[in-house]
Amino acid sequence: MIKINLPVSEADIRKLKMGDEVSLNGIMLTGRDAAHSWMFKDKPDEVRELLKDTVIYHCGPVVKKTNDEWHFVAAGPTTSIREEPYEGQVIKEYGIRGVMGKGGMGEKTLKALNENGSVYFHAVGGAATLQGQAVKKVHGVIKLEEFGVPEALWIIEVEDFQAVVTMDSHGNSLHKEIKAASDKVANELIGI
Amino acid sequence: MSFKLDVDRFRDAVVELIRKASTQLPADVMKAMETARDNEEKGSPANSVLDYMLKNADAAKVNSTPICQDTGTNIYFITIPEGVSLRKIESAVADATRIATGNAYLRPNAVDSVTGKNSGDNTGVMAPYYHYEEWDKPTIKVELMLKGGGCENVSDQYKLPDSRLKADRNLDGVYKCIIDAINKAQGLGCAPGVAGIGIGGDRTSGMVTAKKQLFRKLNDTNSDPELEKLENRLYTDLNKLGIGPMGFGGLTTVLGVKVGAAHRLPASFFVSLAYSCWADRRCTMFYSESEVSYD
Repeated sequence: MIKINLPVSEADIRKLKMGDEVSLNGIMLTGRDAAHSWMFKDKPDEVRELLKDTVIYHCGPVVKKTNDEWHFVAAGPTTSIREEPYEGQVIKEYGIRGVMGKGGMGEKTLKALNENGSVYFHAVGGAATLQGQAVKKVHGVIKLEEFGVPEALWIIEVEDFQAVVTMDSHGNSLHKEIKAASDKVANELIGI
Repeated sequence: MSFKLDVDRFRDAVVELIRKASTQLPADVMKAMETARDNEEKGSPANSVLDYMLKNADAAKVNSTPICQDTGTNIYFITIPEGVSLRKIESAVADATRIATGNAYLRPNAVDSVTGKNSGDNTGVMAPYYHYEEWDKPTIKVELMLKGGGCENVSDQYKLPDSRLKADRNLDGVYKCIIDAINKAQGLGCAPGVAGIGIGGDRTSGMVTAKKQLFRKLNDTNSDPELEKLENRLYTDLNKLGIGPMGFGGLTTVLGVKVGAAHRLPASFFVSLAYSCWADRRCTMFYSESEVSYD
């Protein structure tokens, strides 16, 4: 398990290889469909400092407010491929070092990871209680009223948040490899 | 004698049903996951991912927090005794849904498709979503499925014949569609999943048939020997795809395959796949005037 402290340098990210297991620590930002469309079209400045050299996490959490403070109750990853049209540009625009979600992403993102010096962290889907427990503090939230709870951008501090590098900055994608192998088996089974 | 519905008591029982569905993985699914973990090579990503999922399921149960933050489309199949008011049932379930959202058993998950506004309490147009049947018992049966978005997005519907798959209008054609659909899904629906399959019907009843299969226990057997054979064949072959837990590779791509069939038009032959993620959240409540039980 490789420990990563956020924010993280390009040099440290370039050391990571496909298949590496990591433990993330520090401050990151959640953002999913509405957030990506917003960052892609409007290029808002208010997230610039928050995203520099850290991770954007594709997650729509279950949250609870007690004593005027937000808590993450459940916070697993959502499917990343929906952000494929936007992510490459968002990575470069904001200098993001890690994209975290589930299911992996496509060629455009893989290219941007390579050019910018960033990786894709795969979190286990549906393991939301454990991942919610790894979120130690909620530092703030952006666009809560307009986007709603799942789609808002939550500024969170995590401790020992576990993930696997499935797309690295050297052009490798575990998702591409698994797909190529399973396509072959599927075609044999179907007889095409 | 007519069934007396105490609306407040029924509402509270439904809140508990939602809590159980969201925070407790059904025993048969837990067992299938444990078997899958033990089958995967020690130290492999598949093995450690399944172990993490199981630890999460344990933690969710202990803490009474959602297994997955996507608490899904809330789909109800409700079976009522003669004479019970559906209006009262729906209003009580909607109230229970609001309470469960407030208790963080559910994420606010109902978005207005026109304005983009989240209703904030999981109620809205067709939310929750109800199916009804009537029976001759003095009990209301409420089956609840929390159907996550990731696995709903990889669910699919084919129509036969399909020239790309060389699939004809028969059970072998159905087999080919499902192999294709699960391969396309890869890890996106949070594998290892459960394939609920509906053969025939129209586009709606075919998918309802598929969704209903997801209420079956993973270790049951199909009453139709032909469909039982198809289930076994698909289960064996889908697990040859090597997609594995979360699509990281491995021996376990599906935990179960369940097939049902509905009559179709001569002109149509639909194959519907309702894919459930490994967090296959379902719970059934039996509610009578004197007692409530959950399964």
